[in-house]
Amino acid sequence: MNVQLFIPCFVDQLFPETGFNMVKVLEKLGCTVNYNPNQTCCGQPAFNAGYWDEARSVANKFVKDFHTVDYIVAPSGSCTGFVRNYYGKLFDNSAAHNDVKMLRKHLYEFTEFLTDVLHVTDLGATLNGVATYHDACGALRECGIKDGPRSLLSKVKGLELKEMNDCEVCCGFGGTFAVKFEPISIGMGEQKVNNAVASGADYLISTDLSCLMHLDGYIRKHELNIKTMHIADVLASGW
Amino acid sequence: MHQNASSFLEKSEKKAGDLGHRQTINFNIGKYNTAVKAGKQQFADLTTARERAKNIKWRALDNLDKHLEEFEQNLTKRGGKVIWAENAQQALDEILAICKAKQCKSIVKSKSMATEEVHLNSFLAKHDIECVETDLGEYIQQLDGEPPYHIVTPAMHKSKEDVARLFAEKLGTPPDLTPQQLTLVAREKLRQKYLDAEIGITGANFIIADIGGVAVTENEGNARLSTAFPKTHIVLVGIEKMLPSINDLALFWPLLATYGTGQNVTVYNSIFSGPRQEGETDGPEEMYVILMDNGRTNILMDTEARESLYCIRCGSCLNACPVYKNIGGHSYGTTYSGPIGSVITPHLRGMESYIHLSYASSLCGNCTEVCPVRINIHELLLHNRHKAVEENYTSGGEKMSWFGWKQASLSRRMMNLVSGNVKNLFMKKFFAKAWGDDRELPVFASKSFNQLWKERRK
Repeated sequence: MNVQLFIPCFVDQLFPETGFNMVKVLEKLGCTVNYNPNQTCCGQPAFNAGYWDEARSVANKFVKDFHTVDYIVAPSGSCTGFVRNYYGKLFDNSAAHNDVKMLRKHLYEFTEFLTDVLHVTDLGATLNGVATYHDACGALRECGIKDGPRSLLSKVKGLELKEMNDCEVCCGFGGTFAVKFEPISIGMGEQKVNNAVASGADYLISTDLSCLMHLDGYIRKHELNIKTMHIADVLASGW
Repeated sequence: MHQNASSFLEKSEKKAGDLGHRQTINFNIGKYNTAVKAGKQQFADLTTARERAKNIKWRALDNLDKHLEEFEQNLTKRGGKVIWAENAQQALDEILAICKAKQCKSIVKSKSMATEEVHLNSFLAKHDIECVETDLGEYIQQLDGEPPYHIVTPAMHKSKEDVARLFAEKLGTPPDLTPQQLTLVAREKLRQKYLDAEIGITGANFIIADIGGVAVTENEGNARLSTAFPKTHIVLVGIEKMLPSINDLALFWPLLATYGTGQNVTVYNSIFSGPRQEGETDGPEEMYVILMDNGRTNILMDTEARESLYCIRCGSCLNACPVYKNIGGHSYGTTYSGPIGSVITPHLRGMESYIHLSYASSLCGNCTEVCPVRINIHELLLHNRHKAVEENYTSGGEKMSWFGWKQASLSRRMMNLVSGNVKNLFMKKFFAKAWGDDRELPVFASKSFNQLWKERRK
């Protein structure tokens, strides 16, 4: 099966190895992985800031870069949810209508692709310790991802999954919100991390590196004994 | 930055770091969450119920002009008087005129956000008219000189110990009274007020067009007393509270009760459709309903934002909002706080002064998920942000930044131009302050995925 990678801008710049771990998992499952090196960003940052014209220009490029009949897989519920649910607003009544429709049909968040398209949950991964899963808002509410990542993690050898309190509550990242309203963002992050630590977890795992980047910053600053991990990094562990 | 925005930032910073506040709010909202979960069990098909409710409000708002006139006609037939107020000042002037005509010195009022919106109590006080809050939570807030903290539970941020201390300070009661004893104190104080008051004021949860009535929902019986003893009953209500028919209450009463407090149905639900009729033994001699616009037609005109008028003020989006839970109701500096407040206030009171609230959200979407009438609350925040850009309320610097972002995002070459190390230096210099002292900065990889892919795959 042919798969096109969509590596969101901040994954590209900050967490390239997560991208490669996703490739590793997909190739293990027999996918032929392709990557269009022209890709940049889906346009969400500008859209969320209200700059819809700027967002549309970048989204237009995205539509062209991903003009394909292959599946498109991304390590982010937030970016996937944005393309799926908001491109309609940007390209309403436009010539790109059909391309957008096709894009929405082919684009999957990574764990969703594993569980819903490939129907795989056991990747043969091993990671020793206790993990708790953070429901990233984009994955949970924009894509409806809830059980998939949990069943994937439940098959990781050596990993015990424990639910934390308020696992569905936002971590406080929220894009520009994290810097425009830094104290609120920190208050939310602090409560998320406290809940994760209280669950007894060694690992705080999620589908979205944007949440994890913010939480990891808080964890490192306060020298807490818990490690953030993207689910692709977990699934690529131990083999 | 607008002074409201800087005051919001200042207050929210203080509250977000106030662990005592966090504990009280998490405790109280935790109790609410448990109650609502149980309350929802009464609906066999909750999704359909919510969808139906949204459709009814859609119909009500799309035909608002006709429904308002229908309401006026029907209420007038039964001797009620309808007053149209375009803004807060008109509403206040009308209430004052009635007070003067009745030589009123004392008013009892049941909880009403519309009267909070026009700051009725302080206005009447200036004219030497005492207006006493009769809802216990509001009474507590009035004693403390604070506006309501939450649209349904006005004193949510106070613990029972806080209330006991407040009563001791303001009313001279012993400082260690239990909630039950405190309630009895309030009850005793308020009984005499009901007897003395010339006028009773209420808001309304619903305006009902087909019977020309207003419906008031409450748990304490104070709205009933406020409308039973005084000879005049004034209702101040926003025009968006419209329901086309009395039959709609069969859905809206349980829906409001469940999402407001987790009850199956609120304890007292009254419908007022006119003053005392001939042959009736009780009820006020006169009834006035003031239909207030005060910015609501701005929202009606905006076809995207219009659905925010479907709100039935249950408060569930406040309780679901992680931002609200961190900063509390007072940091917003508005009558309507939380997600729905952040959607409507910029329209009601001006983009320039309140648009910052539409940005003060991580867009987690939980508000939209819990709204009983399925308002797309978080998408309306995005709509407001877009509108602010379109109508030129954003700064030149911000516009430049997004232009720069666009140019960079349109060119892969530009994104690859600078190395990770240089980006890290740049970030430390320009970004560290905004990222704050509580988080370490993320670190750019020395090579991007894009560059590594080209190297590794060739």
